[in-house]
Amino acid sequence: MIAEAGLAALWFAAALAALQLLLAAMGVWRSAKPALAEASMTEDLMRAVRPVAVVQGVLALVAMLLLIVLFVRSDMSVLLVAENSHSAKPLMYKIAGAWGNHEGSMLLWVTILGVAGAAVALLERGLARPTLIATLGAQAAIALGFYAFLLFSSNPFARIDPAPADGNGLNPLLQDPGLAFHPPTLYIGYVGISIAFSFAVGAMVTRDVGPAFARAMRPWVLAAWIFLTLGITAGSYWAYYELGWGGWWFWDPVENASLMPWLAATALLHSVTVLATRDGLRAWTLMLAVVAFSMSMIGTFLVRSGILTSVHAFAVDPTRGSFILALLAIYIGGALLLFALRVGTVRAGTTFDFVSREGALVANNLLLTVILGVVLIGTLYPIVAAGFGTQLSVGPPFFDKAAGPVALVLIAVMAVGPLLRWRRDSAQAAIARVTIPIAVTGVVLIVVAATTGGIALLPLLGLALSAGLAAASVAPLWKRNLRRTPLFTYGMVIAHLGIAVSLAGMASDTAFTQATLVAARVGEPQRVGPYLVTLDGVKPVIGPNWSAIEARLSARRGNDGGVFYLRPQSRFFSNPVTVTSESAIATRWDGQLYTVLGEPDAQGRWQLRLWWKPFVTLIWLGGALVALGGALSLIGRLTRGRRERGRGEAYA
Amino acid sequence: MSARLIWIPFAVALGLLALAAWGLYQPADRTVRSALVGQTLPAFDLPPIVPSKPGLATAQFATGKPRLLNIFASWCIPCVAEAPQLLRLKQAGVVIDAVAIRDTPAAIADFLARNGDPYAAIGDDKTSSLQLALGSSGVPETFVIDGRGRIVQQHVGDIREDEVPGLIALVRGLK
Repeated sequence: MIAEAGLAALWFAAALAALQLLLAAMGVWRSAKPALAEASMTEDLMRAVRPVAVVQGVLALVAMLLLIVLFVRSDMSVLLVAENSHSAKPLMYKIAGAWGNHEGSMLLWVTILGVAGAAVALLERGLARPTLIATLGAQAAIALGFYAFLLFSSNPFARIDPAPADGNGLNPLLQDPGLAFHPPTLYIGYVGISIAFSFAVGAMVTRDVGPAFARAMRPWVLAAWIFLTLGITAGSYWAYYELGWGGWWFWDPVENASLMPWLAATALLHSVTVLATRDGLRAWTLMLAVVAFSMSMIGTFLVRSGILTSVHAFAVDPTRGSFILALLAIYIGGALLLFALRVGTVRAGTTFDFVSREGALVANNLLLTVILGVVLIGTLYPIVAAGFGTQLSVGPPFFDKAAGPVALVLIAVMAVGPLLRWRRDSAQAAIARVTIPIAVTGVVLIVVAATTGGIALLPLLGLALSAGLAAASVAPLWKRNLRRTPLFTYGMVIAHLGIAVSLAGMASDTAFTQATLVAARVGEPQRVGPYLVTLDGVKPVIGPNWSAIEARLSARRGNDGGVFYLRPQSRFFSNPVTVTSESAIATRWDGQLYTVLGEPDAQGRWQLRLWWKPFVTLIWLGGALVALGGALSLIGRLTRGRRERGRGEAYA
Repeated sequence: MSARLIWIPFAVALGLLALAAWGLYQPADRTVRSALVGQTLPAFDLPPIVPSKPGLATAQFATGKPRLLNIFASWCIPCVAEAPQLLRLKQAGVVIDAVAIRDTPAAIADFLARNGDPYAAIGDDKTSSLQLALGSSGVPETFVIDGRGRIVQQHVGDIREDEVPGLIALVRGLK
């Protein structure tokens, strides 16, 4: 009964999305005709769109909640539950299992789409009404396509008869607290960008592109971007500790699929600021909004179609792939067609000098776009190469070499940009303002090069620039009244500082990590970095749905440090049969000791992988700071917007 | 922005979509091809492991007659499963040389007595050195070597019954 109710909710939501699109299209069309604009029917049409959007969002949410209920109750008569769950699974993974599969994750996708649309309908007050209605129409058009995808080719509520006694279980790699949070966070980010897309489409339809539009769009972009940042950071940490490979970024197609929308959204965030503050970059901002959501959808397509080999590819199914591809063609192609037809009618905004805040933001946009292009080409190149009969995969050597140097230039621009004035600045004065950061960069460069000796150029520059960027990031607060500094300035400072912190972690991990792979005898100490690690012994342990061999390692720093213990495991799951390694990680202020237990050999020795990773934690700490900066900025914008609106009403 | 430039994003998107569509309908080829195909065998000289058969050296190849080089071990279960197929290949006139990986004379003699002996020569590779030089990651693996000592094919895993006719045809077609 629950499954049928869920399916019904999904059908109703789809019907409402169709209605929403129809009402919005008629309303916008009539309001553009002077003869019809004032008619009461136009008014009625426009008024109906908002409630329909809200109910559509609620129904999608109901469908998602019902699916979660099915997973929690382990209702094996539902095909999706039988294929992806097991009654012996801990409750948290039953819930997370609802989106740890193709159909469930697509349902989560439309749920977030619907809820985001409802949020716009309820909360957005700053936009001209025809533009808002056109925006909700665009949002409904996207939702309609994905409802159709779910209902016609990926029904999550399909029954299975006869019902199996128990389910197949969830991939043990996904049975981790990280999975409970990583996909929903990332999806909120991915799909949140759809709002920017719909805003852009709405603005192109009504030809209403200007500072007011940008100010209305900015909080939505910012919110989606915060979630994307958190999702990527969490995903990176999950891969780091769960896969047991010691790395935090693998340039896997799906990691790239999450990075590309982030790059586009970061560019959009900065160009929308230029549009809001200085009324410049109108066409470019529209373009970026379209590109950012296109990248989200391409990400979905790459993950779901199976055309690229990846750990994230659930369903290798050309029918589904074709369906998503058709949706992609309609939305991306349609939006870019609209862009080409309409952008000629968008007036050019204000112009500015090259040496100015706008100039730096344009440079930031171009560099982010270049990195985006590099990642896109690297991700898709295997498909192109296959066309020429060559089999290859593109990995870290390409991405590091191609994107690394561009990213370092971007860091330099990032350091200087916030210290420039809007519209026009003198190069001399600007250089005077960045003297301290440049000096910091130089000193760190020399000190690191002299003391460590022989580290690679890229991490060396990374360390030096991260120090310079950290100094430059806090410079906007220099000699300012800290109490009267607006919250969004703090947001920018913290977000930029977060990038510096994260970069320092990446560079330090690349330059200073020490790794050792040993066949360890019990009692024999192994040296890694400053630590002595001894295998004390192994013993079996039992978990809720797994059994494991657990090693006890005692570690000691230097010769006089206190002893502490690490317990890496090799876990065996029976549903489905899989062995995973659970790494054991000791976090210290200056880095992490990372240990993985491998296979035993015939002589009673155990394979151990040990890493000492100095300051690696800064990578994720930086990511969290970036998201925090975004959140402060968002709060700052929202409270200021409310205050200004209040004042405007008082004057009116 | 000029009127033509405006269409560039649309054109790029169409190109990307065409690429994706093409990638989707192309039957995905997930076979991993060996990078050693087309290369000459590395230089090696392995001693015999059983007294009745010669060892194996590079000089035994490149004699104008194509051969198979089978990498096996007595401790390997898929090698037992593969043995009947190798015997059929031998009956069809295919010469098969072998490399025994990390093995002992007694165990090999026992293996040949139990599972039949399709081999012309068996080299003793106690340290997996030839296996590593050939880029082979496990047992059994079979390399098809042409008359000039070049690797034509690397077959990973045991040879199945349905693969035997293809291999015979491949070897007969080589010079």
